[in-house]
Amino acid sequence: MTAPIPQPPHVVAGFTVPRVMFQVLAALLPVLAVQVYLFGPRPLLLVAVAAVAALACEALALRLRRRSMQPFLRDGSVLVTAALLALAVPPTLPPGHLVLGVACAVLLAKHAYGGLGQNPFNPAMVGYAVLLVSFPLEMTRWPAPGDGWDAMTGATALDALRTGLRQSYTMQEIMAGPAFGRVGAAGGEWINLAALAGGLYLLARGLVRWHIPVAVLAGIAGPAALFHTFDPGAHASASFHLASGATMLGAFFIATDPVSAATSDRGRLVYGAGIGLLTWVIRSWGGYPDGVAFAVLIMNLAVPLIDRCTVPRIHGHVR
Amino acid sequence: MKLRGLTLDGHKSRPLKGLIRPVPPPAMLVLALDQGAGEAAAPVVRPGDAVRVGSPIAAGAGAATALHSPVSGIVREIAEHPAPRGAGRCIVIDNDGRDEPAVPAAPVDWRAMDGKALLGLVAEAGIAGLGGAAFPTATKLALARAAGVDLLLLNGAECEPWICCDDALMRERAPDIVLGAQVMLAATGAQRCVIAIEDDKPEAIAAVESAVRATDDARFEVRVLPALFPLGAEAPLVAAVTGREVPHDGWPPQVGAVCQNVATAATVARLVRDGRPAMSRIVTVTGSGVNEPANVEARIGTPVAALVDACGGYAATNVRHIAGGSLTGRMLVGDEVPVTKGLNCVLLATAADLPLRAPEVPCIRCGDCADVCPAGLLPQQLHVAARAGDSAGLARFGLDACIECGCCDYVCPSSIPLTARFRAARAREHLAEVERHRALEAKARYERHQRRLAEQAEAERQAFDAARRRAGGADPGGG
Repeated sequence: MTAPIPQPPHVVAGFTVPRVMFQVLAALLPVLAVQVYLFGPRPLLLVAVAAVAALACEALALRLRRRSMQPFLRDGSVLVTAALLALAVPPTLPPGHLVLGVACAVLLAKHAYGGLGQNPFNPAMVGYAVLLVSFPLEMTRWPAPGDGWDAMTGATALDALRTGLRQSYTMQEIMAGPAFGRVGAAGGEWINLAALAGGLYLLARGLVRWHIPVAVLAGIAGPAALFHTFDPGAHASASFHLASGATMLGAFFIATDPVSAATSDRGRLVYGAGIGLLTWVIRSWGGYPDGVAFAVLIMNLAVPLIDRCTVPRIHGHVR
Repeated sequence: MKLRGLTLDGHKSRPLKGLIRPVPPPAMLVLALDQGAGEAAAPVVRPGDAVRVGSPIAAGAGAATALHSPVSGIVREIAEHPAPRGAGRCIVIDNDGRDEPAVPAAPVDWRAMDGKALLGLVAEAGIAGLGGAAFPTATKLALARAAGVDLLLLNGAECEPWICCDDALMRERAPDIVLGAQVMLAATGAQRCVIAIEDDKPEAIAAVESAVRATDDARFEVRVLPALFPLGAEAPLVAAVTGREVPHDGWPPQVGAVCQNVATAATVARLVRDGRPAMSRIVTVTGSGVNEPANVEARIGTPVAALVDACGGYAATNVRHIAGGSLTGRMLVGDEVPVTKGLNCVLLATAADLPLRAPEVPCIRCGDCADVCPAGLLPQQLHVAARAGDSAGLARFGLDACIECGCCDYVCPSSIPLTARFRAARAREHLAEVERHRALEAKARYERHQRRLAEQAEAERQAFDAARRRAGGADPGGG
């Protein structure tokens, strides 16, 4: 038996999955830095706990599935899942809760479907959804910026807005509350700015294409602007939506997970716009603090259909 | 029109430092009956026959061109021998070193000939596409003539890394290219000729432009294209120059163009200038595995080892021999394989030239492959269909439009050998198609057989009834 003859091409760019993943992690650093600045060292603790838990779960799953550890433990994908989840939950979430979320993300959402590249749902958002329905109180209250380790937690801006409107407060009264900042949520607007910076880095490095982030932001801002124009007393402005909650993190880091997203350029636009629109709908009429996680999971469901309907025209084929 | 592909390091400067070097004819030449197009020519000589330079030794058939002896000497044998596209039957000739011509060199009065006669001349001379496919030039030109094409598209793009034989030819022999193109215009009836060259070859562009000016032929245009792999492949080239898409199941004459390589045109020029058939070609010998990378002119049938000798010998041990460039080249078994009409480059690659790829990991659907696919495919989806053996999916995602350029492999962060998978899937689909066809034929045969049996039984029953009626037998149902 001789070795198989190497087949062309004989040269590759050498850009590998670990390099993709570690650049995504690097792009998340501004978000982590702003969270630490606003809320003290707790976010650091959560990221560390999530990372260790994620690696342990990955190793366990690989062992149970009798797969080799080497390439998968080192590819960094599980660290991206862990970091996204840790940065999406409130810094005051007990670390034990977070470990449960990470375990669901890695074991159920990722490895139950076949591991890297096989998951139909965004693992971090599955973990987030499990935590949100299991620990509604801890998951919906964020500390006020600058309070440090023993922070008093309160409703988020998106929550305060919804509650205020239901209790017939005027928009001005609501926006004067402690949860609100200059444009969006207090603190939240800075986190969104940091996520935007990291996202622009990803765009510049060609790690994400513009289609999904732009479509997500347009999907949120479009209807928000429309409803705000006609009924400013009942609907927050587009800029408020863009600078609150997980808008930027969702648009640049979560919706762009290629495994669970649509895969053609047109498909990405449809997918992103769907996430944006659903996020705005859930924020406006739903019962959850933010809509990004459920919007992403619902659009994950639609990906096979979107992919089927958006196959680009092939060179030399008439469509 | 969106041109997709890769911008790559060309590795072309070292062989282009010097001029084209002639390779001394070796003592023994091996002429593969399949010069690269996938079909074998029919030998017209036997072992022991004496041949001279230009003597016909094999007749063209199908996709195989006629072969001529590049030296004078004796046919030693016709036997299996390693060749660039795998082992195959070859005519082996012992060179007597005298280079006696079969007929004295004489120019051909091609301007007095009509298209049909020119096509016959090109076919007889065994001229094949020197870009690598080695398809018979006369056949291609004849089909173009029948389709009434308007544009002769000369391919001087040479987009693949390492290969620079066309660049050297354009720099040194541009007038030949223009003359050959004029003959091809006459043979096809095309009205104009575009010579397409990528912008990483300024010397070649200048040389060809000056040759075109010198001929003062208004039908010519030099078109400078961006250096983008695989723009030199037929369908992307036609799209880049004309803006028209070649149908996926068709070919360029359907959109009014016929493509020919610049080196093929130069061979045609040589044919009309001194009556010489196709007996040599320019080959790039390059890579860190050779001491003096160069473009060499070698007679067809010269072993690769002689090319390496002409370039100062090996510079490293453990060298990979690749026929062609780093993206689409094929591995050679070693340096005993001979030069064929389809061999444009011998890349003597060290591990540093072509680092081994990382182990394959699962696809993460990043879509980098789709961004570079010149055919506008979604390789990430095609890969899923290929892995599942999903024929309908392969068809829907356009496997038939894949030109196997290797761009998707090149960018894949998961190191998936996509091109090899697609090639294998294509072979499997072809086999399945043949099987389906066979099964249908067998079914039809079986049904015909059953019908015949039924007809026969019916005829026998009627004959039996008639016989019984004649015999006055009782009705079996009546009693």
